[in-house]
Amino acid sequence: MMYRPRVIPCLLLRGHGLVKTRKFKEAVYVGDPVNAVRIFSEKEADELVLLDIDASKEGREPNFELIEEIAGECLMPIAYGGGITSLAQVKRLIRSGVEKVVINSAVALGSTAVISEAAAVFGSQAVVGAVDVRQTLLKGYKVTAKSATLDTSLTIEDHVRSLVDAGAGEILVNNIDADGMMSGFDLKLIRRVADSVNVPVVACGGAGSVEHLSQAIREGGASAVAAGSMFVFHGKHRAVLINYNPGELAGI
Amino acid sequence: MIAIIDYDIGNLAAVSNMLRRIGHDSMITADPEAIGAADRIILPGNGHFDTCMRNIVASGLVPLLERRVLKEGVPLLGICVGAQMLGNGSEEGVEKGLGWMDMEVCRFPNVEGLRVPHMGWNHVSAIAPDNPLTDGLGSDSRFYFVHSYYLKPSDPSDVMLTAEYGIEFAAGVSRGNVAGVQFHPEKSHRFGKQLLLNFAQSGS
Repeated sequence: MMYRPRVIPCLLLRGHGLVKTRKFKEAVYVGDPVNAVRIFSEKEADELVLLDIDASKEGREPNFELIEEIAGECLMPIAYGGGITSLAQVKRLIRSGVEKVVINSAVALGSTAVISEAAAVFGSQAVVGAVDVRQTLLKGYKVTAKSATLDTSLTIEDHVRSLVDAGAGEILVNNIDADGMMSGFDLKLIRRVADSVNVPVVACGGAGSVEHLSQAIREGGASAVAAGSMFVFHGKHRAVLINYNPGELAGI
Repeated sequence: MIAIIDYDIGNLAAVSNMLRRIGHDSMITADPEAIGAADRIILPGNGHFDTCMRNIVASGLVPLLERRVLKEGVPLLGICVGAQMLGNGSEEGVEKGLGWMDMEVCRFPNVEGLRVPHMGWNHVSAIAPDNPLTDGLGSDSRFYFVHSYYLKPSDPSDVMLTAEYGIEFAAGVSRGNVAGVQFHPEKSHRFGKQLLLNFAQSGS
């Protein structure tokens, strides 16, 4: 009887619909979020991450009503991210039924205050610091912000450490280049993040199979894995089909 | 009516949502009259132990809760930090606990390969199979945990459920009408539903 690393469907919200991207672009509609969450609950998914991919870019607030409706269908923990810049928003989100908030651009663009304040009020376990990373031509990495529309000059290590120092209880690392490609995780990137902090690291971007998930844990050092395409598409023509089978995940 | 104590800590909607799904009414409340009339009480808790203890003391509800729980025998279920608060205190902070159970709360030791907090799903074993709170929880039972400190009752017979994360620890405790679970039943699918159902039907 053991602890199994978490396997977390990552759902991207655009407006009122769920979409799936490739390398953070080419968003394709995959369904209604409330319905999708209901199905993941029935399938006993470990946890969910819901990210509004336009909120930060558009300088907009989270859609609190929709999030409350979605969270109400979720019988496991749900983390929400997208457009969070203030403690007041965090309070409203937690009261709406979200267990954790995911904070990214606010920090990438200069201020860890919202993380510190949220962690002080709700505890670090309620605050996830997220970092979106793309690879550069010279095989280095860039930390980006606002749905990859802005590059920053932060190193990965400095950025994730500042998130943890500010109070984030977990780190979510999103690999832009592998996003939607389903060809495996960038294990070197995950290892760099996992080695620079002591908190759980959730790897996202690239999962196409249970084997990939296992690699991210065992070789990359991730404590948990998140995946989008793998749980909403089926087959080589990427037909939309929500799938999640805890039985298959037993050995990762 | 199940009263879920509202003392300004975190998300309580998930608890009442899940109770509603299993057909039981509940009220998220800090109102002494409602708590006075409740036939079961849930004490939730999230975040830092000291913050939770300071908030519950500041709410003024502790004497009422002690009357209902310790004198009148109303069944009580503490969840997560709410379970930790039942004891004498926690290594996490300096505040005293409610002292309703003789129990300490200790930090997980650093074990190679296992990060703290213990965050995610883990199996539990029922140590006290005669306890009605563990009804229907078979050997495949698992729940969602998120904690860096674990429950340590002084009396081993107060341990109701165990789990393992580097060490074996008490995932659930129970003594008389007072019980606590370290995990979040309101976020643990059908296993959480079963446990909350057992609690909702307890002591009747």
